[in-house]
Amino acid sequence: MIILKFANPVLGLVIAPFLLSVINRTKAAFAGRTGQPLLQPYYDIWKLLRKGAVYSRTTSWVFRVGPLLGLAVTLTAALLMPFGGLPSAVSFNGDLILFVYLFGLMRFFTVISAMDTGSSFEGIGASREVTFSALSEPALLIGLAAIAKCTGYISLTQMFSSVVPGLWLNSGPALVLAGVALLIVFLAENCRIPVDDPNTHLELTMIHEVMVLDHGGPDFGFILYSAALKMWLLGQILIGIAVPIHTGNILLDTSAAIVGMLLLAVVVGIIESSMARLRLLHVPQLLIGATTLSVLALVLR
Amino acid sequence: MIFLVLTNLMLLGLSRLGACIRIVALQGVALGFLPLILNDWDMEVHLVLFSIVIISLKGIAFPWMLNRTLRELATQREIEPFIGYGISIIAGTIALVMCMWLSSRLPFPEPLMSPLIVPVAFFTIMSGLFLIISRKKALTQVLGYLVLENGIYAFGVALVGKQPMLVELGILLDIFVAVFVMGIAMFHINREFDHIDTDQLSRLRS
Repeated sequence: MIILKFANPVLGLVIAPFLLSVINRTKAAFAGRTGQPLLQPYYDIWKLLRKGAVYSRTTSWVFRVGPLLGLAVTLTAALLMPFGGLPSAVSFNGDLILFVYLFGLMRFFTVISAMDTGSSFEGIGASREVTFSALSEPALLIGLAAIAKCTGYISLTQMFSSVVPGLWLNSGPALVLAGVALLIVFLAENCRIPVDDPNTHLELTMIHEVMVLDHGGPDFGFILYSAALKMWLLGQILIGIAVPIHTGNILLDTSAAIVGMLLLAVVVGIIESSMARLRLLHVPQLLIGATTLSVLALVLR
Repeated sequence: MIFLVLTNLMLLGLSRLGACIRIVALQGVALGFLPLILNDWDMEVHLVLFSIVIISLKGIAFPWMLNRTLRELATQREIEPFIGYGISIIAGTIALVMCMWLSSRLPFPEPLMSPLIVPVAFFTIMSGLFLIISRKKALTQVLGYLVLENGIYAFGVALVGKQPMLVELGILLDIFVAVFVMGIAMFHINREFDHIDTDQLSRLRS
């Protein structure tokens, strides 16, 4: 059983970059292109990990620690998260708050190592990231609280194991509202399109990308890896609500959840191909809207 | 009912007048189905008739008139409301929570058909009022007026499930005339002053 408990982080480490390539393939299919090889994100990370790193003389230890801590923190968050039939490694009452704030910690270190370079350019990205995350965090927390209220549990494992089809009949509207809010948070936190364009390299529009410009080699590899893991973990919240399959068979449940994750990646690809990036001024409105939906889900029950 | 809340919040956060009119139309259609939903799809003749009248008036006639007015107007969107859209949405959320609290404290003579309907009706009234006081364009204020009336109607449906049709039809006729007159008035304001900013109307020129 102890192996099962650590299966989710391991599964995340193995599958998470694959989601990125599913998204890319979907976008390519919409644009009529072939798209990159399915294993391209793995090649990228492997290539980066073999390289050496160059550090600017103006940076301090904070800059070097940032990416490492980012990866470590996401892995810690992965320990809290149940997935399909797999139990989480650690579970206690109120661990959803820890889950949310572990991402807060990761963001703090990304921002502070961006500021550490002293580049005003990265300062812009840091300020945007902090602004938007201050707005998306309430949406995430209140959305989780709404699910907790629907299910009656305040630990992630119990919460998601009690989301069953019966609960959907009882409090479907609240779950849908929370789900939509969490989808918006998912897109915002992973820098996907309505909020941030992962492909762009224009300084005026970048948010996340601009903060990690000065990282190179293995550090950048860690950042890519932890970003993929973050997407995997936040996606699991959505899948936990949207795929309420609990047959008791671990293999079946987990594969259903994995299929759900891949579908989510396809949905993200479709959203990205059919929408344009919002203007920066409109992003706060979107995130406030997400918070409102979460509050609604919390109140309506 | 949740749909009603969502339409209210969208109205608070949208700036394009055309989209606002469409949302008010959707809200009208949803309201038309409300008496049927509350009576468990009980297909009585006068209920069905009533729904049809409501839907055709609130969902088709009013939006059509407002759209026609909109075409005549120079503006397509609310430029500078007194209260911004983000803050409007936050205010709406707070109002919703207040309404929930308020309706949980109100004593009602008989058990309601649905526990949600009263707060939702209150919230619809509130957001209509909010639209009227916080927006500058006359068209949005008319929309606020319509939303306010929708809220009152929802409240009426909640309390007296099958209210006398005559009363309701009288109210509807009033609203119909009001929207008609407001449409014409807006057209004239626009022709006279080239805009429909109501706060500039307060200092009248001779």
